[in-house]
Amino acid sequence: MDIIKTDNLTKKFNDLTAVDNISFSVKKGEIFGFLGPNGAGKTTTIKMLTTLLHPTNGSAKISDFNIVKDRDKVRKNIGVVFQEPALDTELTGGENLDYHARMYGIGRNKRKTRIEDVLHLVDLEDKRDVFVKNYSGGMKRRLEIARGLMHYPNVLFLDEPTLGLDAQTRRAIWEYIKKMNKEEGTTIFLTTHYMDEADYLCDRVGIIDHGKILVIDSIENLKNSVGNDVITLSCSDLDGLIKRLEKEDWIENIERHESLLTLGVEKGDEKIPVIIEISQSQNIQIKSISVRKPTLDDVFLHFTGRTIRNQETADIKIPPRFRSRMG
Amino acid sequence: MKAAEFQAIYVMWLRQMKRFIRSKSRLVSTIVQPLFFLLILGSGFRVATFEGVNDYLSFLAPGIVTMAILFSSMFTGISVLWDKQFGFLQEVLVAPISRFSIIIGRTLGGATVALIQGVIILLIALGLGVEISGVFGLLLTLVFMILIAFTAVGFGLVIASKMEDFQGFQLIMSLLIMPLLFLSSAFFPVTANPTMKTIAIFNPLFYMVDGLRGSLVVNVATVNHPLLDLLVVVVMCIIMMGAGSYLFSKSEV
Ligand SMILES: Nc1ncnc2c1ncn2[C@@H]1O[C@H](COP(=O)(O)OP(=O)(O)OP(=O)(O)O)[C@@H](O)[C@H]1O
Ligand SMILES: [Mg+2]
Repeated sequence: MDIIKTDNLTKKFNDLTAVDNISFSVKKGEIFGFLGPNGAGKTTTIKMLTTLLHPTNGSAKISDFNIVKDRDKVRKNIGVVFQEPALDTELTGGENLDYHARMYGIGRNKRKTRIEDVLHLVDLEDKRDVFVKNYSGGMKRRLEIARGLMHYPNVLFLDEPTLGLDAQTRRAIWEYIKKMNKEEGTTIFLTTHYMDEADYLCDRVGIIDHGKILVIDSIENLKNSVGNDVITLSCSDLDGLIKRLEKEDWIENIERHESLLTLGVEKGDEKIPVIIEISQSQNIQIKSISVRKPTLDDVFLHFTGRTIRNQETADIKIPPRFRSRMG
Repeated sequence: MKAAEFQAIYVMWLRQMKRFIRSKSRLVSTIVQPLFFLLILGSGFRVATFEGVNDYLSFLAPGIVTMAILFSSMFTGISVLWDKQFGFLQEVLVAPISRFSIIIGRTLGGATVALIQGVIILLIALGLGVEISGVFGLLLTLVFMILIAFTAVGFGLVIASKMEDFQGFQLIMSLLIMPLLFLSSAFFPVTANPTMKTIAIFNPLFYMVDGLRGSLVVNVATVNHPLLDLLVVVVMCIIMMGAGSYLFSKSEV
């Protein structure tokens, strides 16, 4: 059963189309992820689905309630953890949860036990009476996740749940997300630009860029779509080699990426000698060659033509003294 | 109305109260500042004679009470900007409660805080020897205080939904509110100068100060009958609250 269903959902800000005619659905009980770089339109999509922004065009339903016409019913059914923190830092963790529960009409006794439960889930029991301004970044994030769960939502939206957290805290948060998906049966819609996060958590992933969904599938299928194995190589004449390799029908896809060439193939280790042979016959010198299992990075590169990592580091200037070492 | 809506109003109110009580600096400054005004202006102008003013401190006290309530309530309205900037507003806006309840709760919270401050200053003024009129006058004073608080919260909400940052707020305070306050007869009578008297007719704060003065103290002449002032203030309150909640309900995050 589809718990989220969008139909040509579109949002324009003046002449910028932030979300461009997207249609997709999320099944009950799954962890679904939107993977995309900065500015792709992830947050804008979440804001429309959570009734904070009006779509310019198209529509969406959550638990069969229309996000424009049945706003209140949609709101009852969802929990949201925003990209930016949305806690009242002048209140304690417990107060934040209590006020939340009241606004969702949860009775006094239920409130009490539920606060214990969700705090237990994210290991914050001993911080209940501490002011949120004295929490660490990771603790705030965990509290927000706990708050999102207070009212037993059918769907929990998590906008970049681990942005800016250290590796250990990220791991912990991933475990909480898995746990609540399993124990409470909460459907989860999350956005991220971390490959490993999508890889670890999501059952299905949609790759979004410039407001458009490029592909939606299970992680498994996405990885298979770039080939069983990925061969990466560099050589003296990239263009020449590409021309020659395009004739080989056992290569599922060829992609050029600056000075590197990636090939999607079956049984990669057996193909390495074949490729070396071919290039020698063309008088092209192979400088390096390796084979590995495809990652989401390869998938992302395949569908968008660039890597997320590349894009993020592109404008970080490398000081001269490090350049030689890195080159 | 559903139970959750009452809970929402209560939560919004409670939040304002807790924040007020916990913010020691706000607590101190909102009481100390008017107190300074009362003491310094009060002793400074005590020797001056204004027409129709037998006791300057009695004249000044209602002005200071109005000022304290105005500032405190405007702050409540403006602080929506804070919630917007610190993201908390989104949390409230995705909850299954109407924006009307959010506004009501917040306004009641702000008004309660402002009333507490107003009453404290009133008590201080009494301690300093200001003579007040009877029980009916006190009740009318309370009504004025509530109306002033609501009007100012509404005005704060209007500013908050039209401004992106706090610089704009500073500008409005120093270019609009302060001059209006000086021309409102809060600190000195405007009746002596015909130009000032004409300006006062168009000054919303004038009716608040004049009305509060007329209902609270004896020994001081006012321009209008307090009930006439009351009528004007009620109309302003309705307009400001209406505009504030309309703009707030339209705002997107
Ligand atoms: N309120 C707004 N007004 C104008 N433009 C906006 C607004 N909100 C978002 N945008 C634009 O819409 C585009 C998509 O933004 P969005 O926040 O959805 O991206 P995102 O995928 O969440 O990115 P990030 O990973 O940085 O959070 C961006 O180009 C952004 O500048
Ligand atoms: Mg975002």
